[in-house]
Amino acid sequence: MTSISEDSDKEKVRSVSVDLNNDASLVIDIPDALCERDKVKFTIHIKTTLSSFQKSEFSVPRQHEDFIWLHDTIVETEEYAGLIIPPAPPKPDFEGPREKMHKLGEGESSMTKEEYAKMKQELEAEYLAVFKKTVQVHEVFLQRLSSHPMFRKDRNFQIFLEYDQDLTVRRKNAKEMFGGFFKNMVKSADEVLISGVKEVDEFFEQEKIFLLDYSSKIKDATAKAEKMTRSHKNVADDYNHISGAMNSIAADNNTAFKKHLEKCAEVFEKLRKLEDRVASDQELKLTELLRYYTRDIQAAKDLLYRRARALADYENSNKTLDKARLKGKDIAQAEENQKQCLRKFDKLSESGKKELTSFKARRVVAFRKNLIEMTELEIKHAKNSMSLLQGSIEILNSN
Amino acid sequence: MAASSERSPPPFPDLEEPELLEDRDEGADACHRRSTGTSISEMDSPSPDTSRPPKDIFNEPPEDIFSDPLSNINSEPQKKVDAKISSPSSDEAVDLFSEPLDDDSEVMSSPEVQNPMPDLLSEPKSGVLGEPPVQKNAARQQDVFEEPPKGSSKSSSVKKAASAEMLGDDDEEEDLFKEPPKVVTRKPQPSGPPVDVFTEVKSDVKVKPQVKDDPTDLFSEEALTAPAPKPSANSSSSSRTNGVHSEEQDLFSEATVELSLDSPRNDRKKDAVKPSVSAPAAPEASSSSKAPSKTLEELEEEESEDKFDLNISVTNPEKVGDGMNAYMAYKVSTQTSLTMFRSKTFTVRRRFSDFLGLFEKLSEKHSQNGYIIPPPPEKSILGMTKVKVGKEDPSSAEFVERRRAALERYLQRVVCHPSLLQDPDVREFLEKEELPRAVSTQALSGAGFLKMLNKATDAVSKMTIKMNEQDVWFDEKIQDVENEEQHLRKLHVMVESLVNHRKELSGNTAVFAKSVAMLGSSEDNTALSRALSQLAEVEDRIEQLHQEQASNDFFTFSELLADYIRLLGAVRGCFDQRMKAWQRWQDAENMLQKKRETEAKLLWANKPDKLQQAKDEIAEWEAKVTQYERDFERISATVRKEVIRFDKEKARDFKRQIIKYLESVLHSQQQMIKYWEAFLPEAKAIA
Repeated sequence: MTSISEDSDKEKVRSVSVDLNNDASLVIDIPDALCERDKVKFTIHIKTTLSSFQKSEFSVPRQHEDFIWLHDTIVETEEYAGLIIPPAPPKPDFEGPREKMHKLGEGESSMTKEEYAKMKQELEAEYLAVFKKTVQVHEVFLQRLSSHPMFRKDRNFQIFLEYDQDLTVRRKNAKEMFGGFFKNMVKSADEVLISGVKEVDEFFEQEKIFLLDYSSKIKDATAKAEKMTRSHKNVADDYNHISGAMNSIAADNNTAFKKHLEKCAEVFEKLRKLEDRVASDQELKLTELLRYYTRDIQAAKDLLYRRARALADYENSNKTLDKARLKGKDIAQAEENQKQCLRKFDKLSESGKKELTSFKARRVVAFRKNLIEMTELEIKHAKNSMSLLQGSIEILNSN
Repeated sequence: MAASSERSPPPFPDLEEPELLEDRDEGADACHRRSTGTSISEMDSPSPDTSRPPKDIFNEPPEDIFSDPLSNINSEPQKKVDAKISSPSSDEAVDLFSEPLDDDSEVMSSPEVQNPMPDLLSEPKSGVLGEPPVQKNAARQQDVFEEPPKGSSKSSSVKKAASAEMLGDDDEEEDLFKEPPKVVTRKPQPSGPPVDVFTEVKSDVKVKPQVKDDPTDLFSEEALTAPAPKPSANSSSSSRTNGVHSEEQDLFSEATVELSLDSPRNDRKKDAVKPSVSAPAAPEASSSSKAPSKTLEELEEEESEDKFDLNISVTNPEKVGDGMNAYMAYKVSTQTSLTMFRSKTFTVRRRFSDFLGLFEKLSEKHSQNGYIIPPPPEKSILGMTKVKVGKEDPSSAEFVERRRAALERYLQRVVCHPSLLQDPDVREFLEKEELPRAVSTQALSGAGFLKMLNKATDAVSKMTIKMNEQDVWFDEKIQDVENEEQHLRKLHVMVESLVNHRKELSGNTAVFAKSVAMLGSSEDNTALSRALSQLAEVEDRIEQLHQEQASNDFFTFSELLADYIRLLGAVRGCFDQRMKAWQRWQDAENMLQKKRETEAKLLWANKPDKLQQAKDEIAEWEAKVTQYERDFERISATVRKEVIRFDKEKARDFKRQIIKYLESVLHSQQQMIKYWEAFLPEAKAIA
């Protein structure tokens, strides 16, 4: 169980946080989280001036499942079909650290003290990184909602924020899970079907092509970035092991060699920390950004799908109307239906256009922010290791 | 004589070693002296020869001198007389050893020598009964007397002083001062030994008092080792010798201090322990008898000072021939100002098996003496086959480069070893145009098989030898070396994995760079698109950095560890040699015991006819025991010296390499900063 105060990292945690209009009327953050076994409990802190909330500042405990529930209810709300629905935060993945913890427990007897200590360090670092990331994505989800003029007024969202007990959302049962899976299948099949529908709007046609292309590229880039940061982590871990091995050589040596070794071990130890930071900052600023936008683009694509669905419905209703006219019966009903479809489609198109445009702006801003931050961090870390190395080289040279 | 040894460059192994032995014996056992005398002969011939009778000359001179340095100037006259009176034989050994001290001090005080000389000289002559050796001693004594005060001072004009001294010994002071350059040519005079000694000094060769017996050897040797020193050459060599010299001084000054604490008798012994031996030998001998590690440490410190002006590089690996008969040839270039080489720069082409052959030769000659012979890189049939078959495969290019670097380091280590550098095979390897093909180095040859067999039997015998270690130092050191090897192996594995992971990182960065470039091309915001493609470029460069770093990880770090794992193996090998020497000694001891028992039986059975034979056998085995014991003492001393030297080198080498490595990391971090700083404005330009 670990409880981490995120105060110091608040700046960083917000990093991915997109194009949030800095509206002080509803400010949400997650200052604290607690990890119990496979459950993560977040403490959500809300500060608001909105009259719809009873208090102006309060905190509620929420679990990951509650977030998913909130996302699902929003997705299912017909009203929001024309909006890009903020992607749900992914399930906290503590597999990596847990596996390591397991190994640590198993190998405790067979490892030397140094190895054990090093391993523990690594574990803690990794755990912390995953933890930070998890908190961040959950926070961003809420912030996206709170900054959106429509979502912030959502009833479920308000309940989520205000209900001061555990929400204890019922977990999805197997049938529902399967249902969700089935729905997805239908959706993708449907996507294929309606792809034949001729696009009437140039803007959406362009958007569709762009998003499809972009989504595959960004998926690829995400996977590659993940790989890269992972191997960077490995390098840092190797530094750690080298430092440990050097220490153990130094331990039973008593010549001039010892001093050098100890110094080297120290250097490697510090290098590890720096390299670790480089890797985790890259992960946080770059990989996480790409990951987030992979999901966000999926959300945008979902919007396009909903609109395309509406378009297809409208076309169908047109056909039905034509048929009805030919047959001369149910004309009024068909006309009504056709009008409704058209209205829906127009509405979707209109809000979709707005959403997509703002999405684009948001993406550019987010990329800018993250890339700048990452670059600055890279420079900072490189400078740190440079001065570390310079210092140690001098020390080594002098004795 | 001592002076001569001091001045000479790193001693030729064969010569030096025997002497060491002698010292030991004498110090340890008065009774062994006779045999010691014989050992002198050994110096000249690589293998110690016990059979030779002891030399009178040798024994005699030392005495007087000896007493002098130790006792103060005031007591001189008396002592001298005593010494003279006493038969040369008894005190001989002592004298010999005392000489070194004198010489050192003398060297320092050379200018002053003149004054005292006259008096002294006159005295000895009268008192000594005209024995040539004695005279010589007397002459030295004078010098000696002056020494004490100056002994501690630094040796500045060592050379001159030395030469002066030598001459002084011959009783002709004038000559001394005038002649220096010519000394070598001088023929033995009435007092043969001194002359020789001095000539030796000049030539940097270490000739022992033995000279008397066969002067020819002396000279021939000189010719060998000291190719007519040119002026410039001289200076360079002298500087080198200077280093050595200073060592000695310290050593000796230390020794004297210690001695003064001891009883006179002991002092003598001690001094006796270190005769004309080369500097390193002397301290060791004394350490073995008494003053232990401290002197060793000192010695070690001093030793690090001597630098070899010898640069060796192995370059231009080149494939010669095709198919399975192809081999790689390397250019071995040497740059030196050492006089032992014919020119200052020269280049030869050598193939890999030549390097192996050199190692074989060196280990054959020197490993039984307890030297740590730097091992060459292993043969790699797989790697070489790849090179032979493969065309422009990057892995085979890496293999070749790796081997080239390893060979270079191997040669550098060989020539860094003061004794190995003197080996004619090393010189031949570096200088000679054509080397006879090394035959026994093929992995799959009959010789290779024999070698394997030998190794196997060695391993077995090693297991069967149960040595009860008397020397704590060795006990601990052997343990340390084993531990260290283990840890180094571990560390090596870690570094290897660092190399692999870094290569992986480099690969992944490259892939990511490509992917980002693609993403950039799909991006519809122009500024962001531009920034992304810039990012891709940065990542591309970083990939290069990682790659360079990976090869630095490998060549500067991982290979260093691999080298030392191999070297520690060689260190263990020399512990094994010592153990073998011990075993031989013990076996001989047992045999002697048996022979004695037989003699006792014969005596009891009253069989005089066989008794004589038994006695002869006993004598023979006694000699062998003495010999083997001496061998063991000698090898112990050498191993100890070698290990200390090795540790020192290792620390230095390691430090140097680590600094180099860290510098490479530093460099890549600097590049990293540069790249990212260049990218920052791009990121900021996204709008």
